[in-house]
Amino acid sequence: MNHTRKFISDRVNAVPPSGIRKFFDMVIGMDDVISLGVGEPDFVTPWHIREACIYSLEKGFTSYTSNAGLLELREAVSDSFHRDYGVNYDPETQVLVTTGVSEAADLALRAVVNPGDEVIVHEPSYVSYKPGIVFSGGTPVIVSTIRENEFRLTGAQLEDAVTPKTKAIILSYPNNPTGAVMGKRDLEEVADVAVEHDLLVISDEVYDKLTYNGKHTCFSSLNGMDERTILLNGLSKSHAMTGLRVGYAMGSPDIISAMLLIHQYTMLCAPITSQMGAIEALNKGDSEMQAMVREYNRRRRLFVTGLNELGLDCFEPRGAFYAFPSVQSTGMTSSQFAEGLLNQQKVAVVPGDVFGESGAGFLRCSYASSLEELKTALERMEEFLG
Amino acid sequence: MNEILEIIEQDPKIDPAEIAKLIGQSETEVRSRIKELEDSGIIRKYKAVIDWDKVGEEYLYAIIELKISLGDRLGYDEIARRIANFNEVRSVRLISGDHDFSLTVRGRSMKDVAFFVAEKIATLDQVQSTVTHFVLKTYKEDGVTLFEKEKSKRLAITP
Repeated sequence: MNHTRKFISDRVNAVPPSGIRKFFDMVIGMDDVISLGVGEPDFVTPWHIREACIYSLEKGFTSYTSNAGLLELREAVSDSFHRDYGVNYDPETQVLVTTGVSEAADLALRAVVNPGDEVIVHEPSYVSYKPGIVFSGGTPVIVSTIRENEFRLTGAQLEDAVTPKTKAIILSYPNNPTGAVMGKRDLEEVADVAVEHDLLVISDEVYDKLTYNGKHTCFSSLNGMDERTILLNGLSKSHAMTGLRVGYAMGSPDIISAMLLIHQYTMLCAPITSQMGAIEALNKGDSEMQAMVREYNRRRRLFVTGLNELGLDCFEPRGAFYAFPSVQSTGMTSSQFAEGLLNQQKVAVVPGDVFGESGAGFLRCSYASSLEELKTALERMEEFLG
Repeated sequence: MNEILEIIEQDPKIDPAEIAKLIGQSETEVRSRIKELEDSGIIRKYKAVIDWDKVGEEYLYAIIELKISLGDRLGYDEIARRIANFNEVRSVRLISGDHDFSLTVRGRSMKDVAFFVAEKIATLDQVQSTVTHFVLKTYKEDGVTLFEKEKSKRLAITP
């Protein structure tokens, strides 16, 4: 059926399939695999949230909601960001509920990018940003963050990447796949460049709650940044709600209404069942969330210590649930290591270069797995390194 | 301190060396903290939750509610202590509502439990009346659900 290929648009053809796919196909059909390749919590959504979803179905909440999302949810979102970071977003005009953060990122790009506009993305980072920029007609400009700087983005790097065509910067901390975080000072460097060159910052902070031994700084809380920021967040990671698909975007009324325009003609609204669960999560989910965060933190310490003991150099990841060890000492490439480890010891990790060229020589290992699995994985890795 | 307790409550069998890794402290430090917690009675006991139904052991549990009339001699604490001393009694709680105490009692048979209540509990001077509820099935015990474990539904690799 190859003759149908000609119908595919150039824009889509220009985007290669995700390198993750190949690993996924390898793992399928293998028994007894311990997978550290999963980019989502191993916890099931807390029961009180699932119960709120079920209850909403029982009561017959199965219709569309307003395009921007249930007002009660937008109010809960606005309140939680005010409480956590002191930022102010009007639930009526500055908050948009989306079908996961992925949709919010897509809307943000499509709302602001003109053909030929450049958007700066730091890598290694989540796999969707670059294709998202291409789909919206823009040109991705990659800035590679490095291990020596704990995969933080610097003002100087940004400065080098800016051209007259630059429209926006995508910022994603705490970071998938590296587990890196950016402190207030680090973020201020980004803010300075944004002001200097009049750029917009799309800040995906979906891992904000998973910050260890320190406090997350919300980018739009920086002086003068609220106007310049499209803040993206959601409940997937903090409340283990990945499959329920609830995210939100916050920003200036102009930008949010531009995003809403696309959203209303494409997605219409986020699923109402999930929105009802999200209200419950935001209003009553703190203690279960904190228990999960404490648990991740313990696994993080155990796992990162374990990796370093194996000689796989790993800086201390202070966010998300990923460790990003280097395999340089083994003489193998990321893919050789990951394939060997999977075939010989049945432990699945993701080669770092899936997340950008600068991830070459590293592995993404998710520690969102039980302690038992993490310990077994470390033992098997030790065997593999023999 | 509380973090150590949270970890031990989840897994009493855990090795102090592992706790040390989990919370980022030295093993010596963790061991001495645990000793303090044991000595001060904060950690009362390391206990397993056992699904006896699965073993096929014939244990029968009953929840017994008691109404108490306080005399001038003994208060609730003293009465509770007398009741708690029986091996058959697994838990004793002072409760609000229609009754004063709620006990969990374990025996080998219905007769066993009924006789125990009739002979040892109902006969206490302060016990005005008792209501016995036999337990037919236990679904969750001490925060542990006793349903069959379900497999994780996550995909093996996701971005």
